[in-house]
Amino acid sequence: MDKMTQLLKLLENTDTIELNEFRMDFEELELNIMPAIQQVVQTAQRQAQQAEIVREAILAEEFKPPIHDYPGEVAEVQLGAGTRKPVFLGGQKTLYRFEEPQPNPPVVTFDVFDIPMPGLPRPIREHFEDVMEHPGDWAKKAVKDFGANMVTIHLIGTGPKVMDKTPQQAAADIEEVLQAVDVPLVIGGSGDPQKDPVVLEAAAAAAEDERCLLASANLDLDYRKVAKAAVDYNHAVLSWAITDINMQKTLNKYLMKEGLTQKDIVMDPTTCALGYGIEFSIDVITRTRLAALKGDSDLQMPMSSGTTNAWGSREAWMKKDEWGPTDYRGPIWEIVTGLTMMLCGVDIFMMLHPQSVKMLREIGETFTKEYMTSEVPDISNWVTQLE
Amino acid sequence: MAVTAMDVYRLLPKTNCAKCGEASCMAFATKLSEKEIDLELCTQLAADEMDKLVDLLAPAVNEITIGKGDKAILVGGDEVLYRYELTYYNPTPLVIDISDDIDEAAFDERVKKIEDTQFERTGELLTLDAIALRNKSGNASKFKEAAEKLKNSSLALVLCSFDADAMKAALESVGDEHPLIYGATENNIEQMASLALEYDCPIALFVPNDLEKMKELSRTLRNKGITDIVLDPGTYVDAGIGDTLDDFVMIRRLAIEERDEDFRFPILGIPALTWLNSDEDEVNTAIKEATIAATLINKYADMMIIHGTEIWELIPVLTLRQSLYTDPRKPQAVDAGVYEFGEANEDSPVALTTNFALTYYTVEGDLKSGKANCYLLVLDTEGRAVDVSVAGSQFNGKAVADLIKDTGIEDKVKARKMVIPGLGAPVSGEIEDDSGWEVVVGPRDSSALADFLREKV
Ligand code: B12
Ligand code: SF4
Repeated sequence: MDKMTQLLKLLENTDTIELNEFRMDFEELELNIMPAIQQVVQTAQRQAQQAEIVREAILAEEFKPPIHDYPGEVAEVQLGAGTRKPVFLGGQKTLYRFEEPQPNPPVVTFDVFDIPMPGLPRPIREHFEDVMEHPGDWAKKAVKDFGANMVTIHLIGTGPKVMDKTPQQAAADIEEVLQAVDVPLVIGGSGDPQKDPVVLEAAAAAAEDERCLLASANLDLDYRKVAKAAVDYNHAVLSWAITDINMQKTLNKYLMKEGLTQKDIVMDPTTCALGYGIEFSIDVITRTRLAALKGDSDLQMPMSSGTTNAWGSREAWMKKDEWGPTDYRGPIWEIVTGLTMMLCGVDIFMMLHPQSVKMLREIGETFTKEYMTSEVPDISNWVTQLE
Repeated sequence: MAVTAMDVYRLLPKTNCAKCGEASCMAFATKLSEKEIDLELCTQLAADEMDKLVDLLAPAVNEITIGKGDKAILVGGDEVLYRYELTYYNPTPLVIDISDDIDEAAFDERVKKIEDTQFERTGELLTLDAIALRNKSGNASKFKEAAEKLKNSSLALVLCSFDADAMKAALESVGDEHPLIYGATENNIEQMASLALEYDCPIALFVPNDLEKMKELSRTLRNKGITDIVLDPGTYVDAGIGDTLDDFVMIRRLAIEERDEDFRFPILGIPALTWLNSDEDEVNTAIKEATIAATLINKYADMMIIHGTEIWELIPVLTLRQSLYTDPRKPQAVDAGVYEFGEANEDSPVALTTNFALTYYTVEGDLKSGKANCYLLVLDTEGRAVDVSVAGSQFNGKAVADLIKDTGIEDKVKARKMVIPGLGAPVSGEIEDDSGWEVVVGPRDSSALADFLREKV
């Protein structure tokens, strides 16, 4: 209905409407005339085709890469300062590499928790069983053994229904992790809207000038407090909206009113996992990045993906013989979820499984290279060479 | 660019005669522009306008048929670069390769595995679509023999050989099945093009990482009057995947934004190349192949040839395909109402869920595999999951009370008690107040529902 009204409006504004002279009113007439029309149509089509062939043969045009001009660009956000090795996110001036390679490759940040997390899927526990008692050791292993660019420390234990750790205890955990590794940190709360701002504030103070990413500010909690902590102690903020581009814009605006700039914000437009609404995330993330390049200054920040959501999908964790071993299903679910987000423009990925991280990085690294500069194998005889 | 209803309307008779079954020409135009109706239904069109409309409505990417009859698959047909702008058409067919030099038993077993592969998701059976026969032997008569065997298969066929003699031999036996000829290259294009014309088959053009050359060869084919073309710009799986992505995106942009006639064809990706000289073990190679497949299907592969047949490798690819190709204009929903499971009677328990397709079919699958006997009330939440509709308050006390009335469930069962999803707990009190039924909050995940109904209700 809406659409119809719109169309009718459109119609009002058109000044020329060509009228058809040809009209048939009687059914019989139609029946007799139709085959004739069809013939005319077919002849016309054939003629058109032939005409085209002649034209083609003469006008062979050259191949020109379809490169666009973009009025806007994505802001570059620095994470890590002080005693951290910095990592840069964003900075894209184009959508694709053949237009201009992006300045920074996508980054992976490994999930680490302040409690031993009994609920983690076995394929992940397997890799971290020995270090789960201490977030510092856990972080160290992620960086040393699995090449994490960054570490996310989730302060799950501060949740009132989890262990209700105090903000001071949270600050101590942050200090432990800061001591253990020199990569930049993402600091996450427990998801409790009352407690998170207080916890993040204490954590931000403990990590003053280390430029962490505080996760997260959203419209359901005191985002002002989170923003203020970031401004006061020199951190960046993760701005989280739930698959809603307008909500994202609003929240970003609010955060910038609190003194943050484009260079201090990373957006999380929400990652719905593969098979659990990934298409909603694809649409929102694609539209967000296009808006940034078109010049919408409220959406020109780099984007983050909570790729770990993938592990909540049944196909990733549920034992079911017809689906094969979960050891393989879980990592693939995480890879495909993250990869899909990466191809829509996401810059930083929160992930859990070492193999998923490796695979995502391999593809992400190519984003900074020029078109046709990588070595490629000869595949011209693949039909016979493939086993 | 997608065609607008206005573009279409201009070419219609504008008499609103309603013979097409639509109330007005404008309504017909709207449906045409969204591909929801056939042009032929308007019987009032003049030849000239008909021609223009056919041209206008031709998809930006040519739609090609491979195979025939029950085996036929459609490839291409897309109109937009991003799915939110309209929708993507014709879910990427997944083609599994088979070589012509393996022994008969292994051959038959592989064909059977390909045909039997299936995975059910949200009430849809996801399957593989075609078989690519590779002329690995390099021998024409072997290729022909193997092709002959595949005549009995239930799937469409792709014939892979760069040797025109072998291709001719195979086409002699399966040419009338409308297989895809793979492929024409710089070296064999004349012979392969003649075969495509002689047997009236679609043809794939293989030009690795050289779009300039690809454009030239596509034109060569078109100048011969060939219109059913598939483009393979090469699939690289390591550092070269960046080039492959660039090639795919460039081809699709040229087709859609510039209507470059040489590129208005479906793109073929070949994740199977992951297995070429892989130095990883089988599991890791399969995981990588799934990764490459996911990459290419996200960025415009209209058809893919895959080598691995393990179900755990294929499930994510099938799921991604299903997600990408759902129509963003329609909610993924089932009909609201009451559904019966097993042998339900007046003493059976009643459970409640939402009409989001994924939610409903997940619960349905769990109730069936758990052999439950019960009624399931399905609430119209406009196709939203449980927690989503709780958050958006489509899942509320009054809606459930109405559902109880509309379905007449009170005539079917004696008790006034229902199990709601664990995630629906926040509205349990509201439901009790508005419906007068007793509410039991069930488990969070419906995999535990059948046991819960047996033990707790
Ligand atoms: C995809 C998604 C969306 C999609 C919607 C897709 C859809 N068609 O529903 C979109 C983008 C539109 C969306 C919108 C919103 N969303 Co949303 N969304 C999700 C997401 C990522 C997945 C939901 C999903 O598909 N689940 C899968 C289905 C199968 O699960 P299910 O329906 O719950 O069914 C399971 C169980 O409930 C149980 N079950 C089902 N039936 C029954 C019956 C019985 C008897 C029993 C015992 C069990 C049972 O078993 C099923 C299988 O496990 C979740 C996060 C998550 N859960 O991962 C957030 C989430 C649900 N969304 C959330 C929110 C806040 C919203 C919005 C309100 C955001 C906003 N402010 O606009 C809107 C609401 C829109 C509205 N209703 O008007 C929040 C809800 C928080 C809360 N609990 O309050 C979540 C949890 C994200 C979060 N962490 O904040 N969302
Ligand atoms: S049949 Fe043709 S002329 Fe008649 S209403 Fe439909 S579109 Fe208009």
